[in-house]
Amino acid sequence: MTPGTRTLISPAALARPRGKALYWTVFTAVVVLFALAFLFPVYWMVTGALKSPDEVARTPPTLLPEHWHPGGYTDAWELMELPRHLGNTLVQAAGAWAFQLVFCTAAAYSLSKLRPAFGKVVLGGILATLMVPAQALVVPKYLTVADLPLIHTNLLNDPLAVWLPAVANAFNLYLLKRFFDQLPRDVLEAAEIDGAGKLRVLWSVVLPMSRPVLGVVSIFALVAVWQDFLWPLMVFSDTGEQPISVALVQLSQNVQLTVLIAAMVIASIPMVALFLVFQRHIIAGIGAGSTKG
Amino acid sequence: MTKTAERRPVAHPPVPPPPTPAPAGRRRRRLADQARAYGFLLGGLLCFALFSWYPAIRAVVISFQKYTPGSPPEWAGTANFTRVLDDPEFADAWRNTLVFTLLALLIGFAIPFVLALVLNELRHAKAFFRVVVYLPVMIPPVVSALLWKWFYDPGAGLANEALRVVHLPTSHWTNGTGTALVSLVLVATWANMGGTVLVYLAALQSIPGELYEAAELDGASLLQRVRHVTVPQTRFVILMLMLLQIIATMQVFTEPFVITGGGPENSTVTVLYLIYKYAFLYNDFGGACALSVMLLVLLGAFSALYLRLTRTEGDT
Repeated sequence: MTPGTRTLISPAALARPRGKALYWTVFTAVVVLFALAFLFPVYWMVTGALKSPDEVARTPPTLLPEHWHPGGYTDAWELMELPRHLGNTLVQAAGAWAFQLVFCTAAAYSLSKLRPAFGKVVLGGILATLMVPAQALVVPKYLTVADLPLIHTNLLNDPLAVWLPAVANAFNLYLLKRFFDQLPRDVLEAAEIDGAGKLRVLWSVVLPMSRPVLGVVSIFALVAVWQDFLWPLMVFSDTGEQPISVALVQLSQNVQLTVLIAAMVIASIPMVALFLVFQRHIIAGIGAGSTKG
Repeated sequence: MTKTAERRPVAHPPVPPPPTPAPAGRRRRRLADQARAYGFLLGGLLCFALFSWYPAIRAVVISFQKYTPGSPPEWAGTANFTRVLDDPEFADAWRNTLVFTLLALLIGFAIPFVLALVLNELRHAKAFFRVVVYLPVMIPPVVSALLWKWFYDPGAGLANEALRVVHLPTSHWTNGTGTALVSLVLVATWANMGGTVLVYLAALQSIPGELYEAAELDGASLLQRVRHVTVPQTRFVILMLMLLQIIATMQVFTEPFVITGGGPENSTVTVLYLIYKYAFLYNDFGGACALSVMLLVLLGAFSALYLRLTRTEGDT
């Protein structure tokens, strides 16, 4: 927002002494409210993991750990096999991202620039899936993954069970197609006149011009897999293959509270770090694409 | 870009206007174009067919079958639907889901709107507020669910401790049949509010300032300005988010599964949770699909409404 932009309250009203006092009161109240509502729970989690098991169960609780026990974190790392589960999540997320980038980009490019016969029908069928809430279809999707039609392969406990369904993401595909639609046709045609094939045009002309949308799609793809719970809970019954989200819930009953809390902190770090690094892009993206809630 | 510009003159001379090819050649060329177009499309198309279109059809088919993995399915008529409808948990699950959705609308809607309204007036630390409000969204949902489960702990939980600090009576939170659902709504609101606030903020910033100036000249008070300028100007976004939120909250699963396990006394069993139970606890995939179809029809109607609204708005 530019400094001069007028909002609900006029700058003149804010410049008056009473307006100023009121503004700073509200400002302080909001800062305190935000700190209590959003930062304090996170603080409580990070420090809770540093307390001893006795201290964490004490009432009234201590605001600061009396003695620092980083042992909670090391125990979580080893007892709950966090490296393995974090690794599983990473493999699942990275694969889903790669599959989506390759197949969604290729399909969006074809629908946008190559005029396939029945392209409108295909696009309609893809957009129709936006109306079908994903979670309502998990059971038939699970049955499909457990026994793929025609080739009768079982993908359960295989990362492919996450990678392949991730490609069927109508929102990301549509985002890419809309972006490709806006690319100037004469630039692509110029490349073709120079003798570039379709793949070459996609790789050397379309993709370099599409960096912003590729970034948005990448973040959506990574976050979706990292945060998912119900689908991996269904398809990874094998403990060794479970991502961190499923493993946390499955193990939550069998470990000490401080160890569990430490594991929760560790599980949150990658996405929070991603957010802090790309916060400007993510926040701008949410504001711009208000269609996604 | 410079590369193509350099190469263009070289490529130009040898491109004579192609002599009109024989019909057979043109057809072959068109076939080759189509083959190439579908080559690019194939991977995505297969995934959509396998994991979106086929499961949607299958949900309907299996809902009329007696289906056990491994043995050939038998037709069951409407037996799955009647069995599911007779299940006492069915009414519980739908009631809980609807109440959850309604409460999420009341709590998770008024609060972000007011918050966005206030944030839009603040001239300092803008980036800080946006990052902090969105932070819970980036924490994995499983972690926020486990975190709040700990907060709601009747013993050393933070929630009751906070009530004690301000001398209020403590609550059973997720352990009371009357309070469990509301407690879960609070978790979902805390975890998801950031996105709503940011979308509202974007909408508020698109309101032309002259409207407020004109209203002020006409003597409109602060509340009147909110009522007659802000709300009408953001009505479309409000409606959109409301529909999206209904669609999302009707599919709630993680919070009840992780925090309460559907209890106490089924007071937090949701429709999706019941679907999960039918499939993985009772091994009754026919019943699970019958339930899925019901959820699908209801949510599909909401989605259709959402898409229609966005399309008509896009046209104007």
